Amino acid sequence: MGILEVKGVNKRFGGLQALGDVNLSVQENTVHAIIGPNGAGKSTLLNCLVGKLIPDTGSVMFDGQSVLGRKPHEINQMGISRVFQTPEIFGDLTVLENVLIPCFARRDGAFRMHAFETVANEAEMIEKAMTMLEDVNMADKRHMHSASMSRGDKRRLEMAMCLVQEPKLLLLDEPTAGMARADTNNTIDLLKEIKAKRDITMAIIEHDMHVVFSLADRITVLAQGTPLVEDTPENIKGHPKVREAYLGESA
Amino acid sequence: MLGLDKKDWTLLLIVAVLALAAPFILNPFPAGSELAQFNAGYPDLMQRFAIFGIFAIGFNILFGLTGYLSFGHAAFLGVGSYSAVWMFKLLSMNVVPAILLSMVVAALFSLLIGFVSLRRSGIYFSILTLAFAQMSFNLAYSVLTPITNGETGLQLTLDDPRILGASATADGSIPVTNLFGLEMRSTFELEIGAWLFQFNAGYYLCAVIMLLAFYAAMRIFRSPFGIMLRAVKSNQQRMTYTGLNPRPYTLAAFVISGMYAGLAGGLMASMDPLAGAERMQWTASGEVVLMTILGGAGTLLGPVLGAGFIKYFENIFSKINDNVLHGWFSFLPDGLEDLLVSIVHPFVGKGWHLTLGILFMLVVIFLPGGLIEGGQRIVRLFRKKKAPRGEDADHHPKETPHVAE
Repeated sequence: MGILEVKGVNKRFGGLQALGDVNLSVQENTVHAIIGPNGAGKSTLLNCLVGKLIPDTGSVMFDGQSVLGRKPHEINQMGISRVFQTPEIFGDLTVLENVLIPCFARRDGAFRMHAFETVANEAEMIEKAMTMLEDVNMADKRHMHSASMSRGDKRRLEMAMCLVQEPKLLLLDEPTAGMARADTNNTIDLLKEIKAKRDITMAIIEHDMHVVFSLADRITVLAQGTPLVEDTPENIKGHPKVREAYLGESA
Repeated sequence: MLGLDKKDWTLLLIVAVLALAAPFILNPFPAGSELAQFNAGYPDLMQRFAIFGIFAIGFNILFGLTGYLSFGHAAFLGVGSYSAVWMFKLLSMNVVPAILLSMVVAALFSLLIGFVSLRRSGIYFSILTLAFAQMSFNLAYSVLTPITNGETGLQLTLDDPRILGASATADGSIPVTNLFGLEMRSTFELEIGAWLFQFNAGYYLCAVIMLLAFYAAMRIFRSPFGIMLRAVKSNQQRMTYTGLNPRPYTLAAFVISGMYAGLAGGLMASMDPLAGAERMQWTASGEVVLMTILGGAGTLLGPVLGAGFIKYFENIFSKINDNVLHGWFSFLPDGLEDLLVSIVHPFVGKGWHLTLGILFMLVVIFLPGGLIEGGQRIVRLFRKKKAPRGEDADHHPKETPHVAE
């Protein structure tokens, strides 16, 4: 049994079958990549996992519990964190505050009226956040306004915000989309670093084969809403079905 | 101590000193002099400074922190006023139960309106709150006349029951509002030379409550809850995917700011025990938006400054009429005097809105952070002169403080 079990998921948007009978199993402490050409249904699948969309049929089990019908914040509280295609951070806040928010969310749940406590007195939370920031080499930027940082730093910060929650599963939605080669390599290094430092389960949706082959333990190839193959990176590389899906039949 | 750091204590102390010494500070000109009309140190206006300060502080908790722009906060102020006056009619003339009831009623009312309005954000939220406030205004104005006494406004009468007090005083007049016997209208006058200073019990009650309200707002700004409210403004998507539910946070902020408005309304009725529907009209809601933006939304001190600024204009500039203008320019030759008076005329007296409007535009265009930003710029200008050369702003970004101020 994997930590995430997707069984027989279908999703239609009007006449378009976005997902057709998707089965997927992500094992604990592995990096599972989901690849596929444009319109293969990668993002739809991801949105079904985090509660943004509800599949028409099928089941999505996480850690033994169904996620279907739960709101995104409830699913996060179950242990799924998500990194977005463009870094989603709290731009008006400082770097440290950005990391403190998930610390509070982890401790206090989805809502708590802690209006008469003082942030400066939350030594334990601040220490936790600072340790995380040191981990991603951002401790010296803790008082910076996060919107004024470079995109690479924002990505780093977003990653720190997700990791500080100690998620059981980290979802990454095209973490290198639109990045220059150098930035992509930095992101790969960051992810490798994270993987080396802790036990973590990641599911990456990615376009860039370079990223996928440097990180993934398992790869699922989606095409037209249906998984074609699931295998190790070595076997996927030369797989005829994959070449066909990506390059067209003539190739 | 008490959850504030040294910097916050300094700010609170400054505000406290300004508030308590207001009768002196706002009366810089000798009574009877030409400039005495610019004095703002009379009880009625000082009470309004404090009350609208409270209103704006509360509004800023919603608008400044979460970014939800409510156009209906005057409804809560009005509801607070009505509740307080009813307390004076039914229970006693003591202001404490009246103020407490006005806060409770405003909290319940804002819970209801907030619950519905916060289903939408942005402009739709603003329109929903505006619609609710206008509905409340119309209800108060015409439909609920048994409770609100319609367009006349709710007033005290000689045959009100007042269970814990007297319906009428010994000499047959309506009793006055008091705090355990201390009459709100009682004023101590101090004459020093040509100056006349007025110390009014009602003002000091308002000022102390304003200080408490300011302190509470400060604590909220510095709390984890305050960070969450700023997170709502910054990125709700990220908030949801961080396991937080933005809805109860915004609703809590809405109810807190509604209670502040109710408190302001209750105080207003405590100073002058009557309540009219016009207090709930959309212009009144718009006024608090102006105060907050003019002073600096999202800052602690800004809304108080903005409230003082607007109330000063409303009461002082509106009193400058043509006679006063002729007095000012009388040293000039006749033709020139008339010319200057006719130029200045549209901006003062009944035209004070024009001056305020121009100032508001200037602030929004050149100081988007409000009067507070203006102050910060001036401070920075002086600091820059002292700072060592070679500082490159682009490559040494200014560190922002731990929590916004």
